[in-house]
Amino acid sequence: MITTNLRIVAIVGSVALLLFIIELVRRRRLKEEYSVLWVAIAVVLCLLAVWGGLLSSLTHAIGAVSQGSTLYFFGLIFALLLLLHFSVRVSDLERRVVSMIQEIALQSEDAAKHHTEDESAPQRPRSSV
Amino acid sequence: MHLKRSLMINPRFKARRVTGSKLLIIVPAYNEQGQVGHVVRDVKRALPSAEVLVVNDASADGTAEEGIEAGAITVTLPVNSGYGAALQTGYKFGVRKGFEIIGQIDADGQHRAEYLLTMLQALEEQDADVIIGSRFLDRDGHYQPSLARAMGIGLFARIASLVTRQHISDPTSGFQLMRSEVARFFCSEVYPTDYPDADILILLHRTGYRVREVPVRMRPSHGQSMHSGHRSAYYVYKMLLSIFVTVLRPRIRTGAS
Repeated sequence: MITTNLRIVAIVGSVALLLFIIELVRRRRLKEEYSVLWVAIAVVLCLLAVWGGLLSSLTHAIGAVSQGSTLYFFGLIFALLLLLHFSVRVSDLERRVVSMIQEIALQSEDAAKHHTEDESAPQRPRSSV
Repeated sequence: MHLKRSLMINPRFKARRVTGSKLLIIVPAYNEQGQVGHVVRDVKRALPSAEVLVVNDASADGTAEEGIEAGAITVTLPVNSGYGAALQTGYKFGVRKGFEIIGQIDADGQHRAEYLLTMLQALEEQDADVIIGSRFLDRDGHYQPSLARAMGIGLFARIASLVTRQHISDPTSGFQLMRSEVARFFCSEVYPTDYPDADILILLHRTGYRVREVPVRMRPSHGQSMHSGHRSAYYVYKMLLSIFVTVLRPRIRTGAS
């Protein structure tokens, strides 16, 4: 069983995490899109802290022996999901960066051509005179 | 087969003229000073009407200057982005400027530009959408890659042949010629910007484009080309995965519809 002290620490900690995440979104330090997983984990932690029977029934349901291993198990799954999410975002960012690099290259070629045309333009009438 | 019949009655697929088309040859180049100029001049000699585009993949040497000096249009990527990204930049350029036939040749001088004429002829006569210059069709052993490399090429040639049900001998060849529809198709997300290879041939086949090979002879390569600079274990893994997911994806029939 969880002691009263531990429960207080757990409740305070998980509520603080939830508030911190919401504060990050409010200050636009964290985009709403990325907050989904974080808010979900904070809410789950709050639930586990407040409702003591949840963790033990969850432990029983997945066939684990100790409540600690249940926490580690779900914590690990969460961390993996988060990493996968970041890999997906990085792949997407890479695709965008490459397409921007190509665009810059093509645009600067165009710009260089216009530049040389501008330079040669005033010389043309002079040579014909 | 349904596809074949639709190809025969579709007037678009009657032999389309190639002569007189606006032609662009892309030379993707990374640190090819000393070679790229020769390649550009070779292409211009073989095909005087063609425009040559050097895509300089943020080289540290004088690749860009040498390209310009040789009379090529030169585009420089601000950040080194890899072979596929450089090639795709060329396709984007070609499609935007309205070129009708777009080709590509390696910047290290291993491909002989005079074969572009054979490939151009094949594009018209065989009424294909993509022509690949194959180093292995002409089996007299003039091109001898290292054992590991030959095994890799052989494996993917086998897989590509199986999936496309046609003989493909050289899926890794960077010597190609295509119609602008194909280049436009390559401008989209479908194109792997890291290292396009056998997977792109399978994708083309599944999209309904017709790929043909033409035998070409090679010069011995000078040093490491941009093309062969990949790690082989990763290459095998990447290509297997890429082919696997290409086959799993739904077909997009832009080529034959």
